[in-house]
Amino acid sequence: MDLQAPPWSSIPYDLYSDPAIYAREQERIFRGHAWNYVALEAEIPNVGDFKQTWVGDRPVVVARARDGEVSVVENVCAHRGVAFCSQPHGNTKTFQCPYHQWSYDLKGNLLGVPFRKGIKGEGGLPAEFDFKEHGLNKLFVTTHNGVIFASYDPTMESIEDYLGEILPYFDRMFDGRELRVLGYWRQRIRCNWKLMIENLRDPYHATLLHVFLVQLSLNRADQPSSAVVDRDGKHGAFTSRRGGEIDPEATKEIAAASKSLTLQGKQMLEPVHEFPPPHTLVMQTLWPNVIMQQNLNALAVRQLVPRGPTEFELHWTNFGYGTDDEAMIRRRTMQANLMGPSGLVSIDDSEVIEMAQRGVQRFPELSGVIEMGGLGIDSVEYTATEAPLRSMQKYYRKVMDL
Amino acid sequence: MIALPSAELKLALIELYDEYGAALDDELERWPEFFTETALYRIVARENYERDMLWPTMSCEGRGMMLDRIMAIRETSMFAPRQMRHFISGVRILGRTEDGYRTQANFLVGESQVESESRLFAVGRYFDLVVRDEASGGFRFAEKMCVYDGNVILSSLIYPL
Repeated sequence: MDLQAPPWSSIPYDLYSDPAIYAREQERIFRGHAWNYVALEAEIPNVGDFKQTWVGDRPVVVARARDGEVSVVENVCAHRGVAFCSQPHGNTKTFQCPYHQWSYDLKGNLLGVPFRKGIKGEGGLPAEFDFKEHGLNKLFVTTHNGVIFASYDPTMESIEDYLGEILPYFDRMFDGRELRVLGYWRQRIRCNWKLMIENLRDPYHATLLHVFLVQLSLNRADQPSSAVVDRDGKHGAFTSRRGGEIDPEATKEIAAASKSLTLQGKQMLEPVHEFPPPHTLVMQTLWPNVIMQQNLNALAVRQLVPRGPTEFELHWTNFGYGTDDEAMIRRRTMQANLMGPSGLVSIDDSEVIEMAQRGVQRFPELSGVIEMGGLGIDSVEYTATEAPLRSMQKYYRKVMDL
Repeated sequence: MIALPSAELKLALIELYDEYGAALDDELERWPEFFTETALYRIVARENYERDMLWPTMSCEGRGMMLDRIMAIRETSMFAPRQMRHFISGVRILGRTEDGYRTQANFLVGESQVESESRLFAVGRYFDLVVRDEASGGFRFAEKMCVYDGNVILSSLIYPL
């Protein structure tokens, strides 16, 4: 081990499988000082619309209340703990628990309890039972340009301050235009949730693992890139742009670059520029639970839902804009072949992080080394670096008090 | 009572689905043979299908894109080795079209990786359009939509359904 190396230049493997660490993450990260992504406003446009989703491993329901405000409540009845909402989405006037029909308004306030005064004067709730004390557990909610976030922490700064230096990248994708949800994917991946975020914050792997992109010359080690982090190191944005001649010096160490490949079905990849230059790809990792994907014209929100220390679910919401014409929808649909549970690029990632899990959980006493690009934790303009992993590790250790 | 299809027609359709499943599991290179040159192939989660969002998890327009998919599986994708096994049943004829039939069938697909037990990977329905192939006298798919019931894909969907 390098004696001068700061603690965040390595990752202890027990962080990926220890149940105690996992429980602490739920409390300190997902239920701690963070804005968690929960939904897009386009998914609940009308009063009464709701959607089931997750904050960490807690089930919550996002709804649009009668006054138009967005509410987020835990999906657990205040009476006996039943997950009262079993529809993935829908429209309703009230939430009603099926067990004893306790009902709540869409902001989670308790409205009604059957036989509250008993039957023929017998039984019922005590006179001092206070409805205000027995509502659903409510989270703090904020929105920015059509994206909804929730938090358990009453001391959260504004979402704009929270996103900080990453806000311009966020606003590039979500500029207030109407969003159009195109479809969902869900994926259960057998590894710790952090391995997914780290995969997105690791520019070093992209041209080495993703042979499909490299062979199509869609991603090369010599193309201009940047790996930006916010001032805390909690969020990241990786950017890249295509173009220019291949630099043999930059690609000679990539085994896969020796061959080139052409597609028989050209329609899979006929992208157009729809964002201001120069970037053709911007991948944001927003602490703690979401990845915002713009790869060519493939746009998606990837929400992470931990399912214990060694599994998580990835919930993809694929979208376009209200102004999309048929050609653009078709383009996004064809490019969807690159992403998702069957994506010709993303399969490599979901598979390799499962392999990483199989390694790290069998060697909890070991640590991984993340010294690519030195020991710095600041934003850089090249890909042979692990700086965004170090900045995340530093922030993680602070929040976890490790 | 519904009218019975001819035994020859029913047998030809069951044959098509049986051969299709066998090819997917053990001779992937034969997969495009089961389709017309311009066939539309889609895999769609039930939650999207039921909301009239035919957003595909995998899609191919024509045999060319199927060949690209096979090439990627064989040469560029990185994944842990696995064996898939299709069980296709309940082949139904939903109706006649000008040059073929609207058909439906159930699928159940098992997945076996090297280091783990077999698991049930996907359950769902095919909604297809089959047309006569002049040369062989058998059927090919002009459209195939695979709707998987459990919306969560276990790990990754490497192979077509």
